[in-house]
Amino acid sequence: MTKITTAASRRRREAGLGWLLLTPSLIIMLIFTVYPVLRSCYLGFTKYRMGMDAPEWIAFANYTKLWGSSTFWKVMRNTVTFALMTVIPSMALGLCLAMLVNRRGRHIGFIRSGFFYPSVMPMIAIASVWMFIYMARNGLYDQMRQSLGLQAQDVLSHKETVLPAMAVMYVWREAGYLMVFFLSGLQSINQDLLEAAAIDGATGAKTFRYITFPLLGPTTLFVSTIAFTNCFKLVDQVIIMTEGAPNNASTLLLYYIYQQGFTNMNYGVSSALTVIMLLMLMVVSLPRFFSQDRKIHYS
Amino acid sequence: MKENRNFRLGPALLTVLSVALALIWFAPLFWLVTTALTKTSFHMSFLPTTPFTFDNIRYVWNAVPFGQYYINTIILVVVTFCIQFVTSTLAAYSLAFMEYRGKALVFVIIFMQIIIPNDVLIIPNFMTLSEMGLIDTKLAIMLPFLGSAMAIFLLRQHFKTVPKAFGEAAKIDGANLWQTIWRVYMPCAKPAYMSFAVISVSYHWNNYLWPLIVTKSPTNRTLTVGLAIFAKSKEADMQWSNVCAATFIIILPLLLAFFIMQKQFMNSIVSAGVKE
Repeated sequence: MTKITTAASRRRREAGLGWLLLTPSLIIMLIFTVYPVLRSCYLGFTKYRMGMDAPEWIAFANYTKLWGSSTFWKVMRNTVTFALMTVIPSMALGLCLAMLVNRRGRHIGFIRSGFFYPSVMPMIAIASVWMFIYMARNGLYDQMRQSLGLQAQDVLSHKETVLPAMAVMYVWREAGYLMVFFLSGLQSINQDLLEAAAIDGATGAKTFRYITFPLLGPTTLFVSTIAFTNCFKLVDQVIIMTEGAPNNASTLLLYYIYQQGFTNMNYGVSSALTVIMLLMLMVVSLPRFFSQDRKIHYS
Repeated sequence: MKENRNFRLGPALLTVLSVALALIWFAPLFWLVTTALTKTSFHMSFLPTTPFTFDNIRYVWNAVPFGQYYINTIILVVVTFCIQFVTSTLAAYSLAFMEYRGKALVFVIIFMQIIIPNDVLIIPNFMTLSEMGLIDTKLAIMLPFLGSAMAIFLLRQHFKTVPKAFGEAAKIDGANLWQTIWRVYMPCAKPAYMSFAVISVSYHWNNYLWPLIVTKSPTNRTLTVGLAIFAKSKEADMQWSNVCAATFIIILPLLLAFFIMQKQFMNSIVSAGVKE
């Protein structure tokens, strides 16, 4: 009898201590991750602007207003377009770079750093430098065009070119970052399989198509989640390069949230937009839950 | 004979191709550094045309309180990491070895934080911090990051690989909980701590949006916010050598650390699986 009580009380003590150790982290995560998500969901259903004492319940009015707003659709189109222009190219390029540097050699460290170093620089620094590359006429890109006999383009001021220009900059930065994940995926492939394929007479392209690429499946899924998430949370370059100009052609969803919240002080609408962003993040994170070998990437 | 030649040609071509690509990738950095360190020219050019000088760096350093921003950023990065170090270690130990109900819920919260980047929650978090009266303090920049899901998860995975006998042996020798963690688990999880340190430090050194929103005065601004303000100011207008000099000042420490510990940086990113 006494044995059972001591076991039970020991278990109780362990539970108490377990929660106690968790408390500091848990409080921060509850206040700055769980609570803001719930609060955005609630405020998304309210009218709440600067100067109002309390939010006022208006059900779906924020969402219906956004649904009918051409600016909102423009922003969503920009966000999706930018994601497609950056995620797929940076993943493809990241995989190519990984295959290129997946070997030993004297200069391989240097080459790998060359592709990765942009990820160590703040986006704000990258945007400051690329702003001069893209500057009208005097910028490096326009000078290059002029020396080839083409017209100067001033890419950041035109609605057709502003997103592609930012996409090029972002792919330059992101490809090296994603390369590192593909590299670790490639290195975890069993070499015997590749040797067996070579003995069976498979060419490089065939080996890639039937062995390497399928085996990289889980890595690719995981990388796609990271690539989409990073792309959605990207906003620094918009703030420094264009502020959404020309005429919202470069406004991405997170910048729109920032603008509605801090420039227009419209917390209701910006919360509704935050909810939309959260839904998008959930969708692109689904592979994390279906991926069978999550352990590989987290351990 | 023929096969032999192909065998040699392949790798050589790959080397040439990868070196060429790497040089293209290095071009913006090359331009940034040479522009920052040469006399201002009227015409922008890729290759430097003017003599070497520290004038741009000196000018920018005096025109903008970068010294203050440096101190702010270092305080921010160091304090954030130290607090994360303690909170994450405790939480990771609890999740790795202790049995109690409700753990699944904690994991749900951890995954939530891993999936949702902090930048997305700027509006509600800004409201919370202004209700706490903490806007324009260094604490406001740090607070949301003091419980790091990434660090907890990473450390927990590493703690679990430590043989149970190690912990039990320490207990038999009379070590209390803190001594067990400090003497046994921390040394065993050293690579995980290194990864977590690299990610935490580089994230907070480079972070921009959140510090921009919660700071208002130069006494609390970080380097990234200072650079953005300078790059958009009138004095910097069209002054590419000054903006490059300012950029050079803020990226130098982290970039140097990266080129010295290139492998460590790349492994960290993979082992954590996420940016913070």
